[in-house]
Amino acid sequence: MSTVTSPPANSGGVWLVAGREIRVRLASKAFRIMTLALVGAVVALILVLKLAASESASTARVGFAPSVANLAQPFASVATALGGDVTVSTVDPAEGEQRIRDGELDALVVGTPDALRAIVAESLAPGLDNALRVLVRQLAFNQEIIRLGGDPAAVTTAVDSASFEVTALEPAREFDVQRLVIGLITGVLVYVGLMTYGQLVAQGVVEEKSSRVVEILLTTIRPWQLMLGKVIGIGVVGLGQLLLVAGVGIGVGLATDSITFPAGQAAGIAGWAVTWFLLGYLAYALILAALGALVSRQEDVAGVTMPALMVLIIPYVLGISVLPADPDNQLLAVLSMIPLFAPTLMPIRIAMGAAPAWQIAVATVSTVALVAVLVWLAGRIYGNAVLRMGSRVRLGDALRSGH
Amino acid sequence: MSGEGLQVEGVWKRYGEVVALRDLSFDVRPGEIFGFVGSNGAGKTTAMRVILGVLAPDAGQVRWAGRALTLDDRRGMGYMPEERGLYPRMKVAEQLIYLARLHGQSKQQARAGVDAWLERLGLAQRRDDEVQKLSLGNQQRVQLAACLVHEPRILVLDEPFSGLDPVAVDVMSQVLRGSAERGIPVLFSSHQLDLVERLCDRVGIIRAGEMVAVGTVDDLRAGGTPQLEVDAPGAPPGWTEGLPGVRLISQTGATTVMELDAGADDQAVLRAALQTGPVRSFGYRRPSLTELFRHVVGQERTP
Repeated sequence: MSTVTSPPANSGGVWLVAGREIRVRLASKAFRIMTLALVGAVVALILVLKLAASESASTARVGFAPSVANLAQPFASVATALGGDVTVSTVDPAEGEQRIRDGELDALVVGTPDALRAIVAESLAPGLDNALRVLVRQLAFNQEIIRLGGDPAAVTTAVDSASFEVTALEPAREFDVQRLVIGLITGVLVYVGLMTYGQLVAQGVVEEKSSRVVEILLTTIRPWQLMLGKVIGIGVVGLGQLLLVAGVGIGVGLATDSITFPAGQAAGIAGWAVTWFLLGYLAYALILAALGALVSRQEDVAGVTMPALMVLIIPYVLGISVLPADPDNQLLAVLSMIPLFAPTLMPIRIAMGAAPAWQIAVATVSTVALVAVLVWLAGRIYGNAVLRMGSRVRLGDALRSGH
Repeated sequence: MSGEGLQVEGVWKRYGEVVALRDLSFDVRPGEIFGFVGSNGAGKTTAMRVILGVLAPDAGQVRWAGRALTLDDRRGMGYMPEERGLYPRMKVAEQLIYLARLHGQSKQQARAGVDAWLERLGLAQRRDDEVQKLSLGNQQRVQLAACLVHEPRILVLDEPFSGLDPVAVDVMSQVLRGSAERGIPVLFSSHQLDLVERLCDRVGIIRAGEMVAVGTVDDLRAGGTPQLEVDAPGAPPGWTEGLPGVRLISQTGATTVMELDAGADDQAVLRAALQTGPVRSFGYRRPSLTELFRHVVGQERTP
């Protein structure tokens, strides 16, 4: 008898199915719009981060008229001691006013040491205001010390050396605002990816069921091949999108100096985000494929996948609302090591620099183990349920019976 | 190709308490068109799903060319499910190529096959349209192409004629005949018994999961009791009452159909008919497949 020329081997069927998924998803308008929107949102967020950073850390430029030029250096010292960042220069008062109007100077100090006057465009920035207040008090103080016959320099030294020590019983870790923001962005991206592509898997399974094409497909390949091919195909598309968005985000961040920590560290955060997307995707896609196989109509997808989506949503909402204020939160640290919660929580904690290596290891190992179990379990449920048309198949029935 | 064709042997299938297939056995020989008839729920679709390997039987097996059917054999089958199935949002040609490749064809083979079948079925202009945008009739044609594009070695079609317009029925009939002429065993189910009678070499009637009659249409008809048909326009209702050994089947208008017990005198029937007035025709006929089917299926409730 004749033979089929190139029967797809077991893996061949999986790749054919995956290939179709990739082609169909890439061709869809919704996918392109979503990709553009995500890239745009991440770039916008990073630029906002950059603007916010430059606003708070900008260098104030203060000009001093020749009559008070000797106060320029003391002022700079005071401002620096108060945590500000200033550059000082000596300028001609008339010319200085013009430069303030042009926005080249933030403040111009004129007058005499005992009658200082600051000229500004609209209002004196709080930092400069504080520095000037401290400066005039110090000047008055020095005047008084001299009048009493003392040595202002000696007094200043004595005052400066007076200090106290703090003993913190539970020292709070310092978290970099930038990393908190990057953590949030990472969390949102992973979560949006899991939600979107997980649900696409469930919808895809039901599309094949409701259109009955599954019956034709299953004359050529095994149910597990169809399920795995679909999960892999949609996952590749989701991964590609995440890599694109993360790549553009890091690129823009580094190029605009919005990300000031080393590129290697940024790559590490992105690497973990991708890892957790993959692990989370595999876990949720397998669960959602199995659940989707239980129903025969698109209208029923939302109902049957709801419990799994809640498991995805709740830890994410907890994480995104608690972690920025409290990256070390104990409850979330524990939750982030539980397999189905880890994919949304761990990447945020890693990006914020709040996750110790052992916690990352526990979360990774337990999630990988869960995925291995799910490949078997979801394959069984899917295989038993996907050809049963009509009313919703009960989960217990799908687990037990072979058809 | 072996002369043994496709054999279904002692297949049982239960769904909980319900026995869907009860020791079902029949065969479809190479080059033969086999018609599968039975009421809804009799087990036709289940039997086909077992043949396709989509369902596993509880007992029994399906053999091809003298050995158990393998997954590779099944990949070489052409199947049209009763509930038509295609991806609604996929383009016609792309979809057919995908299905052909799942059936084990190379990219080149699949493309060539798709082009040829789209041309043959008059769908060449629609190759880049989404399936859901086609008319129902054209969707049926795409479905037929999906079943044939990989040059199947066995054809299994569940209700291929349902929902077809007369032109499409002719196309489908030609395709089935053409396939059989190339030595392919063709199994199809249908409720349109006149079509089955016209197309099939052999017919199997299934009732409650059991094959109750298998044979050529002529064999089956020969097996049925011959019926006496009398055309007597003046005959009043109930005119056959009292005639010994005569069982009335139907009396509609001038035509009365009856079955005679062995040894009953048909000439007595003719005399009785002549007493009612003129007799236009008087003769025996074989029951049609439809009548046979009704007869066989009518026994359903009296096992």
